[in-house]
Amino acid sequence: MEIKRGIAVSPGVAIGPAFVVDTEGLRISRRSIDRGQVTDEITRLRAALAGAALEARETQKDISAKLGKQYGAIFAAHALLIEDPELVRELEALVTDKQLSAAYAVSRVMRRHAKALENLHHPTFSTRSSDLFDIEKAILRHLLGEEEASLDLKEPVVILAHDLTPSETAALDPNLVHAFATEAGGRASHTAIMAGVLEIPAVVGLGRFLTDISGGDEVIVDGNRGVLIINPDDETHLRYEETRKTFGTFSRGLGELRDLPAETRDGHKVTLLGNIEFPHEADHCRSRGADGVGLYRTEFLYLNKTEDPTETEQYEAYMTVLRTLGPGKPVVIRTLDLGADKFFRKPDQHQPHEERNPSLGLRSVRLCLRNLALFKTQMRAILRASSHGDVRIMFPMVSTLLELRQCKLILAEVKEDLEEAGIPFNRKLPLGTMIEVPSAAIMAAELAREVNFFSIGTNDLIQYTLAADRTNETVAGLYSAGDPAVLRLIEQVVEAANRFDIDVSVCGEMSGEPIYTMLLLGMGLRQMSVTPQNIPEVKKIIRSITVEEAKQVAAQAQRLDTARDVNHYLREQTRRILPEVVT
Amino acid sequence: MTGDSIRRSITITNPQGLHMRPLQAFVETAGRYQSTVFLTKEGGERLNGKSLWNLLTMAAEQGTLVHLEVSGPDSSQAADALIEVLQRHYTDE
Repeated sequence: MEIKRGIAVSPGVAIGPAFVVDTEGLRISRRSIDRGQVTDEITRLRAALAGAALEARETQKDISAKLGKQYGAIFAAHALLIEDPELVRELEALVTDKQLSAAYAVSRVMRRHAKALENLHHPTFSTRSSDLFDIEKAILRHLLGEEEASLDLKEPVVILAHDLTPSETAALDPNLVHAFATEAGGRASHTAIMAGVLEIPAVVGLGRFLTDISGGDEVIVDGNRGVLIINPDDETHLRYEETRKTFGTFSRGLGELRDLPAETRDGHKVTLLGNIEFPHEADHCRSRGADGVGLYRTEFLYLNKTEDPTETEQYEAYMTVLRTLGPGKPVVIRTLDLGADKFFRKPDQHQPHEERNPSLGLRSVRLCLRNLALFKTQMRAILRASSHGDVRIMFPMVSTLLELRQCKLILAEVKEDLEEAGIPFNRKLPLGTMIEVPSAAIMAAELAREVNFFSIGTNDLIQYTLAADRTNETVAGLYSAGDPAVLRLIEQVVEAANRFDIDVSVCGEMSGEPIYTMLLLGMGLRQMSVTPQNIPEVKKIIRSITVEEAKQVAAQAQRLDTARDVNHYLREQTRRILPEVVT
Repeated sequence: MTGDSIRRSITITNPQGLHMRPLQAFVETAGRYQSTVFLTKEGGERLNGKSLWNLLTMAAEQGTLVHLEVSGPDSSQAADALIEVLQRHYTDE
């Protein structure tokens, strides 16, 4: 049993077989086989070993000719190891006696041996472990080859990875994923967001652990405490089975809040909206009594496709959300926010060259303004959907007034086109901008004159304000929603919105973290858009306090001068009200 | 039929000890003979001398005493050849 500690980003407990997503494209999901398959599995194993050994010998010849005999010798050693009588005996015993799949047997034997070598703690002898990883990969390539190269899941698993890319997560079948655990990432990393979206437990920022694990090993992900347990002992397993049941009860308790309004004790109504990524998530919002969708991220329409989505495809997706939520519920559709950490299928398709600093580069609305055909198609789809419900359009990552004006100009053009074609749309489609770049927050008063609403995207606002990448473990500590600099910017934005009488909401992860609910309320926010699963907790806090109390908490928090003090203070205040949600 | 069983002990003099290359040469050499070969580091486990997989776990540094055990029809030639491998110095690394 091994215990790793990371950052808890999505609550709950999951127990299941590990499914390792690594960059090599080798994925072992199946741990055991049926008795009847043993003979076939042994045949497959022998063929894979023979194939891998042959390959190593060919590489040996090749390298010897090119670089010299002593370099080729490394691959001769690999071949020798692959066909080693003791190794073959060990592998065959696991397949025959324990009925393990050949791939799992290879992975397990190689990793245990590599670990034993590392434990020699001797500079010359320990480095041999890296040879074993090479060999493992070579054998697995032959064994899995065509068969399991994709992310096709066959049974429910726990996904383990260094970090998950958006396209990898998008390709997963959510019904077969129990939990996520990753080596990299922070509280607002893509994995964290996705886990929230899929409502499954997740722990990120665990540091190096993938070398200690084989696909198929039993793992426990404790998304409440930020712990990953590899091959738990019986006692731990039982304890977690219990936790899993209890957690379910707490969640059900919050479920009872569904039909109660998000209203403070002194009768101030708060609009609680949901953040979604896929159309089917509109149902998560509805089932928790959300007042609508405050942030509909549309990137997934564009990922994992060979072509950009057509106008009709997008329209259909938006209509699914509208239909699911029912009449009268607002849906804020954010235009394409791709770039930086989100990959296009072909890197050069919309981006002219590789960027040295992608998060400060051509991304999001900047990318759209350079690809007008793409931008206009999306606007048309949004406008068409607007004739069927309360649709609102929102532009992400606006950093100057001029950019916003350009967006508005293009939208006006598209409206004209639709008008001419006689296609119905809402002429008064509410238009908003995200405030997620410090320059936009500073210029909030000027921007407020030109839009119907603001939505403060705290994830990027924090990243850009503190110049800290939330997924870079070494600087993630600087990234905090409680930082006084961030709070001052938020205060300024809220003030500008109030002065020009436009709506303002917060849609970053911050608004879904219960410790910030009182603060935001006290700072004057009456709209919050959160991951659907956070709605009950946030609502419970809102219903437990008065605006006057919230104002006092906010005022006190804003007098503190470090993020640490702010967060500590808010945690204490929240604990008084809802101790269960403070970790 | 089983031939003579030969046991010899030798101190490793190669400056880097028995790293990958000497072990590889040892296993390749052992593989050329019919005899069974075992190598034991002083105080350590008895390991199959024809298995690089097993020998890798033997961290034998310079100055370590190892015991060679060869049994079979060609044990005498095998032992000589293997001792030669163990004594060889790998200086080009």
